[in-house]
Amino acid sequence: MRVALMVTCVNDAMFPETGKAVVRLLRRLGVDVDFPAAQTCCAQPMVNTGYLDEAVPVVRTFVDAFAGYDAVVTPSGSCAGSARHQHGLVARRSGDAGLAAAVAETSPKVHELSEFLVDVLGVTDVGAYFPHTVTYHPTCHSLRMLGVGDRPRRLLESVRGLRLVDLPGAEQCCGFGGTFAVKNADTSVAMGADKARHVRGTGAEVLVAGDNSCLMHVGGVLSRQQAGVRVMHLAEILASTEEDAA
Amino acid sequence: MSGTFVGMPAFPTAARAALADTQLRHNLAHATGTIRAKRAAVVGEVEEWEDLRLAGAAVKEAALRDLDTHLVRLEESLTARGATVHWARDAAEANEVVARIARDHGAEEVVKVKSMVTQEIGLNEALAEHGIAAWETDLAELIVQLGDDLPSHILVPAIHRNRAEVREIFLRAMGEVGRPAPADLTDEPAVLAGAAREHLREKFLRAKVAVSGANFAVAETGTLVVVESEGNGRMCLTLPEVLVSVVGIEKVVPTFADLDPLLRLLPRSSTGERMNPYTSTWTGVTPGDGPQEVHVVLLDNGRTRALADDVGRQALRCIRCSACLNACPVYERTGGHAYGSVYPGPIGAILNPLMKGTGRPGLEGEQTDSLPYASSLCGACFEVCPVRIDIPEVLVHLRSKVVDGHRDDTVPKAEALAMRAAAWSFGDSRRLGWVERASGVAGRVLTRFGRTTLPGGRSAAGRIPGPGAAAWTGARDLPAPPRESFRAWWRRTDGGRS
Repeated sequence: MRVALMVTCVNDAMFPETGKAVVRLLRRLGVDVDFPAAQTCCAQPMVNTGYLDEAVPVVRTFVDAFAGYDAVVTPSGSCAGSARHQHGLVARRSGDAGLAAAVAETSPKVHELSEFLVDVLGVTDVGAYFPHTVTYHPTCHSLRMLGVGDRPRRLLESVRGLRLVDLPGAEQCCGFGGTFAVKNADTSVAMGADKARHVRGTGAEVLVAGDNSCLMHVGGVLSRQQAGVRVMHLAEILASTEEDAA
Repeated sequence: MSGTFVGMPAFPTAARAALADTQLRHNLAHATGTIRAKRAAVVGEVEEWEDLRLAGAAVKEAALRDLDTHLVRLEESLTARGATVHWARDAAEANEVVARIARDHGAEEVVKVKSMVTQEIGLNEALAEHGIAAWETDLAELIVQLGDDLPSHILVPAIHRNRAEVREIFLRAMGEVGRPAPADLTDEPAVLAGAAREHLREKFLRAKVAVSGANFAVAETGTLVVVESEGNGRMCLTLPEVLVSVVGIEKVVPTFADLDPLLRLLPRSSTGERMNPYTSTWTGVTPGDGPQEVHVVLLDNGRTRALADDVGRQALRCIRCSACLNACPVYERTGGHAYGSVYPGPIGAILNPLMKGTGRPGLEGEQTDSLPYASSLCGACFEVCPVRIDIPEVLVHLRSKVVDGHRDDTVPKAEALAMRAAAWSFGDSRRLGWVERASGVAGRVLTRFGRTTLPGGRSAAGRIPGPGAAAWTGARDLPAPPRESFRAWWRRTDGGRS
């Protein structure tokens, strides 16, 4: 099986440690993951802001970069959702039948990390060790666009040393929402502040989620509040082992 | 005596004012939380809920697909049963019809059943210009009307008021327009409702003309349906001599049997009840029983514009349950007024632009164009919609229409330039590599000014000036860009192997 890592533009530029964690984790599970260097972005920032023409060259780059792989794995529910549910729309806009065909070929192969681990590799215990109290925020696109369900929780529950505590109001949006975070900054921050309050109430040391963009937002609020709660991507916890702790 | 939404600012500005009102935030969080839990409980009881949603969507979809045929059939059925049908292209035409009918009967007042469409067309204000008083008889609408206020929710228009505020409004305003509230009025809900009942009773018994909307209009039989909880609607629909119903053209369903899934979906989705308390149906005129003169005003007012939009037309399936408002994290924090329309929340964010059109010049156009962006696209609205309107899909579609409407602007917005730049750098991985190297340099500069270290050791930038950056960093720290991007690391280390 030829597996490609779609690291996402946000992780590439801002959170490279998450990408490295996916590589470590998958290698430990026997998957020789490749990083197609031609990849850039899934085009979601353009699509969700209404710039469909601007999204066309980005989707073209996407399908070219991932052509020929059996599976594409990405540490982002939102970007997986964009590839699976929005690329068709962009291809239709382009009027290019070739692009539409390429999208139809590539889109279904895109898996969010927890889907890839549970559904494709068939594992929930990835041999991780993380001796901390953790609370989990299910990001909206992973929850409602992809329907990852309890996969991330099952993965976390199998991590040795990890104590998982429930987050009240977990399924309510954190308020990131892409350009919403800037275009409607006041509302976004009000939502983020409520999420941060719930996180602090759990007493967890770490807030974990499957999307770094959402974590950048909630983490930004927590950091400004000097709450002392760390935010971490699911991949980084699943990649952790006894050796890291030592 | 009630206000109007004309001249409302764009959503972000209106939202900022609403967010600053802590009493409002508290009222809304409490009310939407309660109704969300109620809905979830009663929906959870129905095993075939998903099938019911599909059936409801299919009924409305079938009606919209051949809307012209069904509307003509509705007119024939209504006329055959003694009703008079009027067609109105827009608000002004509809208001004129209602005013003329009231004037023809020498009526100086009308009683009203709660109706979204008459608020949409500003009927009360239009009638007032003709010297006709329109009395709202739904409890929450009465609160809004007496408070000289605006509705902020489709189902519970006074959701932004708590009971102490309601008591004050009743004490202050009831006496000005009819029977005053008792001097010893408390803020007990039953006592407040009792005062409203006494106040309204004399209006019900006096009125010659009633005005309603309709939840559904059955083409096959000419039957109109009104669904309500308080019995005030039943009073309006049966006591007066003349009944005028203003009905949006999307309310038509082909057959009586089509009501089945819709009447099962609506109460559980809207009030969280298993069954609706008062469901009134009437078919034209029944001699000797109820109103002996029945008028139906079929209204377009932008609905055909929405119908012509092949992605957006699904919004016309809406049965006004307001489940999407209650589920929406944005609505929960801003309330309904920020949307500047009688249709707030997620459904309002798509209905208003669909019916009014996007890309219109001026402040009103700007307000409408801001609505599709008043969402984090979290998808909670679609999840609860009983007729499966994919609101996030329509929001994204409408955003593209807003952007396309401004593609020929002589001075492009900063956002448009940023998106073009992003398309350029994301169109080719080498170009993206250059941008990332520049960002790494910027990161080293930024962290010098950064006041903070994120838990876990990463440097973060605090407040950064400049339009986009300031909007982010006003209340949120931003991690400084790392020294090395993932792609640079992969190239340097051969994917961590060397």
